[in-house]
Amino acid sequence: MLPRLATLVENEDPRGLEALDVLYPLTGKAHVVGVTGPPGAGKSSLVAALLDRIRASGRRAAVLAVDPTSTISGGAVLGDRIRMMEQHADEGVFVRSMASRGRQGGLAWATAGLVHLLDAAGYPLVLVETVGTGQDGTDIASLADTVVVVEAPGLGDGIQAIKSGLLEVGDIVVVNKADQPGADDARRLLRAAFDLAHPTDSRETPILPAVAITGSGVAELLTAIDDHVSWLTESGQLTVRRERAARSEVLAGIRMALDRRLEAGSSHMPELASLISRVARRELSPREAVETLTVMLGPSVNS
Amino acid sequence: MTEPDDFENRISPVRILIAKPGLDGHDRGAKVLVRALRDAGFEVVYTGLFQTPEMIASAALQEDVQVIGLSILSGAHMTLFPQIMQELKGRGLDDVLVVAGGTIPKADIPAVKGLGVAEVFGPGTRLSEIVDFIRQNAPAPSPLW
Repeated sequence: MLPRLATLVENEDPRGLEALDVLYPLTGKAHVVGVTGPPGAGKSSLVAALLDRIRASGRRAAVLAVDPTSTISGGAVLGDRIRMMEQHADEGVFVRSMASRGRQGGLAWATAGLVHLLDAAGYPLVLVETVGTGQDGTDIASLADTVVVVEAPGLGDGIQAIKSGLLEVGDIVVVNKADQPGADDARRLLRAAFDLAHPTDSRETPILPAVAITGSGVAELLTAIDDHVSWLTESGQLTVRRERAARSEVLAGIRMALDRRLEAGSSHMPELASLISRVARRELSPREAVETLTVMLGPSVNS
Repeated sequence: MTEPDDFENRISPVRILIAKPGLDGHDRGAKVLVRALRDAGFEVVYTGLFQTPEMIASAALQEDVQVIGLSILSGAHMTLFPQIMQELKGRGLDDVLVVAGGTIPKADIPAVKGLGVAEVFGPGTRLSEIVDFIRQNAPAPSPLW
């Protein structure tokens, strides 16, 4: 039932989407943890190690693992499950692989919907593993309650660490492969960068060493994740984040709907087709065409 | 000409599980196939090596795949395949298209097909043959109710 429902939601089948509408009021109970970081940093291995710990603490958990869709063929290799082999036959663990299906930013369009499904199904913890992302790809911050950024030694110096992007959205940073040379340096650089960025923050971002394949440091990571939920609840940040997530999901939905209407538009909307032709003939500038069309959508915020 | 993101006419990608059952450490063939299926536009979940029948069935259930490809080079197909088919049935997965590949002797093929495996692709099979077979025979994701 749950797996098939997930497929219907993923395929934007109206039956799946309507079921999600009915289930939505039951959601909001799960703690959603995003796991993100560059390709090869060890996200899947760390999720697998976390699952072991979560199960040992007697909790159930679900994982959504997103891998990229080929822009050429539309196909995808979903390989995150390999690292989670041990959990294949455990009834308390639900692992679902998702292809990004054309969305940039580290997630698939349907990821939020599947999170709601797993939440409604009663999984107290939902881990979302993003596509391997570099400096960009921060969409996870508007879906997850807690964002874990997985880094590895040798990925850059102190300047990389103060650039905008992924690290900014990390609530917890893990330096995985901590048994490799350079791991202590990486942690020091990250610590220094975080202390520059948030000198007065009420909560210090933990930067934890881990070795996912041996499980070293993973208990501490799970404790840090659980501590973050407590902090979110006590500080009132949970409400702020949930509000932000709802806003982001609704706006993303509107953008996608508009985008699709525009893509299908040239044949369905004669005004659009004629404006585009006039731009091509240099009778109208692209900006003028955009303005004419956006006026049709309603009053601008500037006017 | 169809637009690449023509949503109205879009077909949902077929999801395939490629699994390596049992004690068989050779997965070059499986990886070549995974890559070819990706290039043919399928979403391919790869389980990795050393999967028990229970693990394969459980993965197929959670991932809700329409197709399962079993790659086996160990010779244990007549032991493992009946168990896999049994585990799939036990989870209500009787609408999944199961195909097999690897070193399965010709003499065993009728017995393997008798278990419910739709096709067996031996050494030397062209990748396009496998892709075409799956395209033609993969069931659509079946409705929930």
